[in-house]
Amino acid sequence: MQPILLKNGRIIDPVNGIDMVGNLLLHLAKCAQINPSSLPEGTREIDLTGKWVVPGLIDIHVHLREPGEEYKETIESGAQAAAAGGFTAVACMPNTKPVLDSAQMIEAVLSKAQKAACRVYPVGAISSHGQGSTLANMGEMFAAGAVAFTDDGLPVSDSQLMRRAMEYAGNYGVPIISHSEEIGLSRHGSMNEGPMSTRMGIIGIPHAAEEIMVYRDLALAELTGQHVHLAHISTKESVSLIRRAKANGCPVSAETAPHYFSLTEKAVGKYDTYAKMNPPLRMDYDVEAIKEGLQDGTLDVIASDHAPHSDLEKELEFDRAANGIIGLETSLSLALQLVRSNCIDEKKLVELMSSNPAKALGLPGGSLTVGNMADVTVIDPLRQYTYQRDEVVSRSKNSPFLGWNLTGKAVLTIVGGKVTYEDL
Amino acid sequence: MDAEYRFNHKHILSIDDFSTDDLSFIIQTAESFKEISTRSIKKVPTLRGKTIINLFFEPSTRTRLSFEIAAKRMSADTFNISASTSSATKGETLIDTVRNLEAMRPDAIIIRHSSSGSPHMLTRYISSSVINAGDGTHQHPSQAILDMMTVKEKKGHLKGLKVAIIGDITHSRVAHSNIVGFTKMGADVHVSGPRTMVPIGIEDMGATLHRSVADAVSGADVVMGLRIQKERQQDSLIPSLREYAQVFGINSTLMRLAKPDALIMHPGPINRGVEMTAEVADSAQSVILEQVTNGVAVRMALLYLVLGGE
Repeated sequence: MQPILLKNGRIIDPVNGIDMVGNLLLHLAKCAQINPSSLPEGTREIDLTGKWVVPGLIDIHVHLREPGEEYKETIESGAQAAAAGGFTAVACMPNTKPVLDSAQMIEAVLSKAQKAACRVYPVGAISSHGQGSTLANMGEMFAAGAVAFTDDGLPVSDSQLMRRAMEYAGNYGVPIISHSEEIGLSRHGSMNEGPMSTRMGIIGIPHAAEEIMVYRDLALAELTGQHVHLAHISTKESVSLIRRAKANGCPVSAETAPHYFSLTEKAVGKYDTYAKMNPPLRMDYDVEAIKEGLQDGTLDVIASDHAPHSDLEKELEFDRAANGIIGLETSLSLALQLVRSNCIDEKKLVELMSSNPAKALGLPGGSLTVGNMADVTVIDPLRQYTYQRDEVVSRSKNSPFLGWNLTGKAVLTIVGGKVTYEDL
Repeated sequence: MDAEYRFNHKHILSIDDFSTDDLSFIIQTAESFKEISTRSIKKVPTLRGKTIINLFFEPSTRTRLSFEIAAKRMSADTFNISASTSSATKGETLIDTVRNLEAMRPDAIIIRHSSSGSPHMLTRYISSSVINAGDGTHQHPSQAILDMMTVKEKKGHLKGLKVAIIGDITHSRVAHSNIVGFTKMGADVHVSGPRTMVPIGIEDMGATLHRSVADAVSGADVVMGLRIQKERQQDSLIPSLREYAQVFGINSTLMRLAKPDALIMHPGPINRGVEMTAEVADSAQSVILEQVTNGVAVRMALLYLVLGGE
């Protein structure tokens, strides 16, 4: 593998307290040295003046749809979209068809992922077939390479089962990821509940549907002492609950997605199914609270909840259309908007999208420590582009951000010293 | 109304899309068409050569028939399709269905569908006029206009009237379109019903919400009942139809609180003895059947206006 010297970039690595303009040498698939005095023979030198060199971005909430719905996305196409978005690693959710609920399924994903453009860390199901009634073989899945457990896409409605899952996952030191939704309250809902859903005649999903389960899972994390990671947080009160739990020492981490700090329920507009997701887009005050949560560390991670759906699932009546949007390719640009608006600084951005995701699921990566694997993302914070349908790398195109003029993107993605995406 | 006024809408999707001038003009046009239905030969050539498809995904006799009669009285050719809402599971999506119909070059598609917003969606895929004959719990614009026409006919105006709407507000597209329409025309709309059937933010649509039905009806010029779907009891929205009738039903005792000449309205079909007693429904103040008559006139006006008939 050809050594690479990333020259003159602004190297930002919060784990090692680095924020400096310098040269980073990648050699033998590792971060070899900062500002080396000599270079190995055949080193490719890339001038990155004005660009940021950061630890490879990690998206811990991605749906790759393989096996079962390869027409929406595959491990290969999803990984390419990840690379194009600046991600060097993703964690994929188990609600495939069939569900990732056995060692064999985890091994199958890992085997397919060997040739992928980013590292793929499978998350196993909490319950057999994701049906929420009995525990799946979590030990076997952990041994096969599962990095966490969740029934994401659906909540674990049985509180006792959720408690047992946390306790059992504790044997392996991996987190349970909570899809926080009280399904009795959200059932049949298609958007945020409020005056807008009333006017549109759409059944709403109240804030409480999320908050009740956030509270339950915080209580169970306290009870069991086990780490719970709360996925796709969307409401103000959820942020408050997590803030309070963290202050009390509860073992919790939490993520939000770019759409929850970039859009409100107004994006649903004239029944636009590209703005239909679960949890739904919320109100202005929720968006503000999410931003505050990111600022003060209540929310640890920005994850895309990349949920590809083909036009077959989206070109439908609003209440019948599938939930979810793709996000791997827009996540970074939308997060950079937070930096430009002084909501967070560059260091915080890297924490939210690289070091904290690694920490939340106990993954390698997240820093440029010498000797660590050479997973690096280069960001051009000033690059302007229009996000266009025919340029989407993901196999599905379901994004409410199509047509948006965005600023800042990944221009070079390197996984284990190998370039997986380049747009210099 | 401005002398320069022109009706400039290709579709009839929601009352929100119309200005007060638009609504007044539609009602005025309907009033002028009403006379046609009283002739011995109830047909004018206005829409001759126009093709109108009635695409009903939900069972409805009266609205479908009302649109069909309206179209035929204007000499349009009408075709009825009663499609099953499960067509999606049979492999054909609503968009496919409508694209196929569009390929036969209709001038208007009148759609009733259980999904809110489905008429809006269709306008993105086809070039015919789309007329919303009821979409989910969103709106039923032609019903609201015929209700406004009926009240205007009886009271001479809408401005300043107190209109009480009682019952299942959440699931009633009639209530939603009437709240928006009557409010726009200067009436005060007051609603009441079981709190399980009053959606969040109804005040944002312009209605005043009352805990007690009596308060809503008190001093009202118009009292409108809404149909209660019997299956709502299974959804735990009401404990029983009997209790509903006792607490929220419109009866003559309640009507004594309204103005003596208050109109009684209902979009039909009525569950007699549940949302309204037979005595009230059949009383001299009831204009329920006139609503039906005006329905034809309003639909004639809407078809005429969107199809640009000469």
